[in-house]
Amino acid sequence: MKTLVAAQRLSLMACAALALTACGTPAQPSGMDMPSTPAAPAAPVATNTVSIKDFAFAPPLVTVKAGTTVTWTNGDTEPHTVTSNGGGPLKSPTMNSGDTFRYTFTTPGHFDYLCTIHPFMTGTVEVTP
Amino acid sequence: MNEPDPDGMTRRQLLRHTAWFGAAVVLTVAAGEVISHIHTPDAPVPDDPNALRFVQVSDSHIGFTGAANTAVTDSFHRAVDQVNALPYRPDFVIHTGDLTHLSTPAQFDQVRQMMGGIRAGGLFTVPGEHDSVDDAGQKYRAAFGKGSTGDGWYSFDLKGAHFIALVNTLNLEKLGHLGVDQVEFVRKDVAGLSSDTPIVVFSHIPLFAMYPQWGWGTDDAGQVLNLLRRFASVTCLNGHVHQLFTKTEGNVTFHSATTTAYPLPKPGTAPAPAPVTLPAGQLADALGIREVTYRQGPQPLAVKDVRLA
Ligand SMILES: [Cu+2]
Ligand SMILES: [Fe+2]
Ligand SMILES: [Fe+2]
Repeated sequence: MKTLVAAQRLSLMACAALALTACGTPAQPSGMDMPSTPAAPAAPVATNTVSIKDFAFAPPLVTVKAGTTVTWTNGDTEPHTVTSNGGGPLKSPTMNSGDTFRYTFTTPGHFDYLCTIHPFMTGTVEVTP
Repeated sequence: MNEPDPDGMTRRQLLRHTAWFGAAVVLTVAAGEVISHIHTPDAPVPDDPNALRFVQVSDSHIGFTGAANTAVTDSFHRAVDQVNALPYRPDFVIHTGDLTHLSTPAQFDQVRQMMGGIRAGGLFTVPGEHDSVDDAGQKYRAAFGKGSTGDGWYSFDLKGAHFIALVNTLNLEKLGHLGVDQVEFVRKDVAGLSSDTPIVVFSHIPLFAMYPQWGWGTDDAGQVLNLLRRFASVTCLNGHVHQLFTKTEGNVTFHSATTTAYPLPKPGTAPAPAPVTLPAGQLADALGIREVTYRQGPQPLAVKDVRLA
């Protein structure tokens, strides 16, 4: 029981410390919806290659001309996917470390995607005519 | 949700076992808050036969092969053994998701078989995002979705408490998401309940904003929590973050569980929530299972986090 109390106090402190970190940006009361913080608008980059590194798509926003094939390469040790939001065309298989995924964009448009395993990883392909 | 053994209880049977209440609070309640803590497995356990007692396991990630835990199957086996070695038979065991690492048929088959070795009155699951990597949860529901509705959600009553199992790992964008159908399900589900019914909510991703930058929150959780406002005691148990964390907001207490597979960094302490490889010998300290006890009365559920033996 002694160890128990000590462990409890320890974890109380851990919780308190963690609470500070976790809620430093004061966690909004969950009673309210959490709009995802609008990410600083990424500058579009004209390229057809996207690397996946440290759980992020880089660059997150690329522009290509219609007909271009875009290639994603997973440089992390963890698997990722390249998957359209909603009903879009991107649907990569699970990409293990070193795997690449290619997709040819035939029509102009704005294509948002994410990693289904780590949905905070998001990216966009802007296809121009 | 499938029967763990021939005499395991199905959800329908559980519904019939609502006649009596349980006993025994294991934990101190400090300032209205139940503190999760790791304790030694041989610490005393309550042995009131009327207590409602269940176990939460989470994030087994069967199929993970990284350096952070090169033997996740062994770890989950130990968790199952630990549940089976408890001095009581839990009313049920809930796995709060990321059963598999990559949703392959072989991984689902393996974790299903391993879950089948659990001795408990019932067996429940909610899916993690790792369980719907490439098919919006179809393989998950084929393996574990029996008796659920919608994308895999359900509820049940046991020993005076009402349990709601939610799916917030589909239709994601940055954060967990429940969707209007599920909110509607909860609205109807709790409509007839008296406000002193203790509510327990299971989800994979936290229903509170634990660290939204890493997706550790649910964008429309507020809609469900608003529906639960009138209840005296609401306990939300989640996985996903692979570490213990407890937080109380009004009538709701949130408890993030640890994992049986590998730790993740504390919020904001690393560039990304990538698996953490601990120094040799320290992994077991980061892994564990959770025992939850409830007895009738005004006190909240007692939550006890136990290190993996
Ligand atoms: Cu990912
Ligand atoms: Fe997980
Ligand atoms: Fe997860």
